[in-house]
Amino acid sequence: MSRGLLLKSFIFRWPWLTAILTGFFFGLSAAALAGENPFHVMSIMLLAAVGTPYDLGMTLVYTTPLIFSGLSVAVAYRAGLFNIGAEGQLVLGGMAATALALRFGAQFPQLASSSSFAPMALGMMLCGLAAAFIGGLAGLITGYLRARRGSHEVVTSIMLNFLATAITSWLVLEKFHSVDTQNPETRPVAAAFKAVAFGGFDGAPVTIWFVAGILSALIVAIVFDRTLLGFHLRATGENSVAATFSGIDTGRQMMIAMALAGALAGLAGLGDILGGAGRYRIGFSSDYGFTGIAVALLAGGRPLAVIASAFLFGALHKGALDLDFETDHVTRDLAMIIQGCVILFASARWFHRKKSS
Amino acid sequence: MRHLIRAAFFVWAGASAAMAAGPKTRVGVVFDKGGRDDRSFNAAAWRGLEEAKKTLGIDAKYVEAMDDNAYEPAIRTFARKRFDLTIAIGFSQAESMTRVAADFPEQRFALVDAVSSQSNVRSLLFADHEGAFLAGAAAMMKSTTGKVGFIGGMDVPLIRRFELGFRAGARHIKKDALTVANFVGITVDSWNNPPKAKELALSQYNGGADVIYVAAGASNIGVFDAAGAKSKFAIGTDSNQNGMRPGLILTSILKRIDVAVFQTIADVQGAKFTGGKIEFGVANGGIDYAVDRHNEGVLTPEIRATLEELKRKISNGSIKVPDYYVETDRATFKK
Repeated sequence: MSRGLLLKSFIFRWPWLTAILTGFFFGLSAAALAGENPFHVMSIMLLAAVGTPYDLGMTLVYTTPLIFSGLSVAVAYRAGLFNIGAEGQLVLGGMAATALALRFGAQFPQLASSSSFAPMALGMMLCGLAAAFIGGLAGLITGYLRARRGSHEVVTSIMLNFLATAITSWLVLEKFHSVDTQNPETRPVAAAFKAVAFGGFDGAPVTIWFVAGILSALIVAIVFDRTLLGFHLRATGENSVAATFSGIDTGRQMMIAMALAGALAGLAGLGDILGGAGRYRIGFSSDYGFTGIAVALLAGGRPLAVIASAFLFGALHKGALDLDFETDHVTRDLAMIIQGCVILFASARWFHRKKSS
Repeated sequence: MRHLIRAAFFVWAGASAAMAAGPKTRVGVVFDKGGRDDRSFNAAAWRGLEEAKKTLGIDAKYVEAMDDNAYEPAIRTFARKRFDLTIAIGFSQAESMTRVAADFPEQRFALVDAVSSQSNVRSLLFADHEGAFLAGAAAMMKSTTGKVGFIGGMDVPLIRRFELGFRAGARHIKKDALTVANFVGITVDSWNNPPKAKELALSQYNGGADVIYVAAGASNIGVFDAAGAKSKFAIGTDSNQNGMRPGLILTSILKRIDVAVFQTIADVQGAKFTGGKIEFGVANGGIDYAVDRHNEGVLTPEIRATLEELKRKISNGSIKVPDYYVETDRATFKK
């Protein structure tokens, strides 16, 4: 086998690895151009991402929303749709959970101090259901418009993002506004709804919502690979004309896929809201929904790979934060460069595959 | 490959050695959303930091928070890395700082524009309403239409405090002064949205206002653009912004965060750091207005004389500027 062929087979066998390696290569080259030693930069980022239990914990905290939003995009993607509305779905879902927690907390004051297991498990489930339901509803609107009215899902979901931001901002400022701070945020939720941080991470708020993310990925993987629903969704995505001829109602599958995608995105904010801050803050999501697109793309739409891909992006985010503290010429914007390069090369692989087949 | 590994090792070792050398005072600063270079609020703090770097020989690092979730990890990282002092700029960071300060009781912190209950935090507070009063007075004295405007960044009590002081100042000069006020937005993005600020300024100018006082961080530049387009006056905030539109920026209300930051760093270095509140106002020079070659033509000697008179009266208490933070002031002031 010649060298060129070897390289080619490597790219085709491990396209994601190629994307990551080239992404880092270009990103670190940029750092070198800026006058920093790329190895120094890399070691800072590595240590900052997983160096201590606290650092690892923070990486997992950043990973959590990306697992959900990555899954959301992946589910839609497998059904042949592009969910760019995860950002809107996740703020709506987060708001729904917060509203529910605040309403219940006001109604049952005993929840405020309760931190025993039963009310907490119930609180978590209620919040999760509310978030998934409202997020799912938002996704369903996009799915319905696409399946039954023929409006392109990219356009409608982008517009819904603005609506979602406006609605949640109004709710925060007019209905649930905190009285004791100047920030645009709600009152804190009752203790029964606040997820407790796992010990062992030195104070980093890694909570049950991280575990929920992993479980969701497993469930989505099983649904896609082992159930009839998953088969129908994939068939719709692979070739909707063929799917229609084999008797699948592709419009219905699209609506299901978007509702599922919305529900998953709806859960993305809960780690931050119920785990970290304990309240809903306007602008709490640092583009989790959009980063989810990159996460899903790198994972090739495979649910289990989304976990690893989300972890990589979480680690990049956390690792790059410390560049501000440790280097003179490079800031955390380097993470954006690396992310950008990874995404570029990850999407380039679809082009490769089409040409080769 | 072996060379690369060896090179990496040397860089690593060099970096660690540099960190170990000398007990330089290490100071970390977390800027808020406007960013270090907003030429207004954060920039004032930055100047204090640069000054301390030059004259006190400290080691300084800073982080610009890009969103609301970034504050706590940034403050915590400075604390974990055992920085001698961590300074958070802006009220948005109050809660995060209080939480981190509680976890690191032996570390020292400083917070600008908000109060923290932790005893290892020094809260640096400014009488913004007094400065806004001066701005209102200056604006009204310069106005020919009898109508002046205020544009705030984020609609929060802190900025309402500017607004109230401004309206009171304008009315102090002219009983029937007309004042209008708008806010750029409701989120932290408001500190960095010049186009929106420009839009608001244009509509205020078109509505008859001929001097606009703006307190909106990095958004200020939008108002200055509008002033340039309409050839009308604006008043800057926090840092000296007179030079950003020479001749059109009537004056800038200075908030000496640079002094507060420098003082706090010097106290840490001299082992004189104390927690608790320190207040800066017109009386102790923490709030002032800027006169330089860019505005001495427009800020006439008569205006300056009156402003000095007002400063004296505020200092000795014969003028009490209504404070939005005081509930009775807020309730009794009629817009």
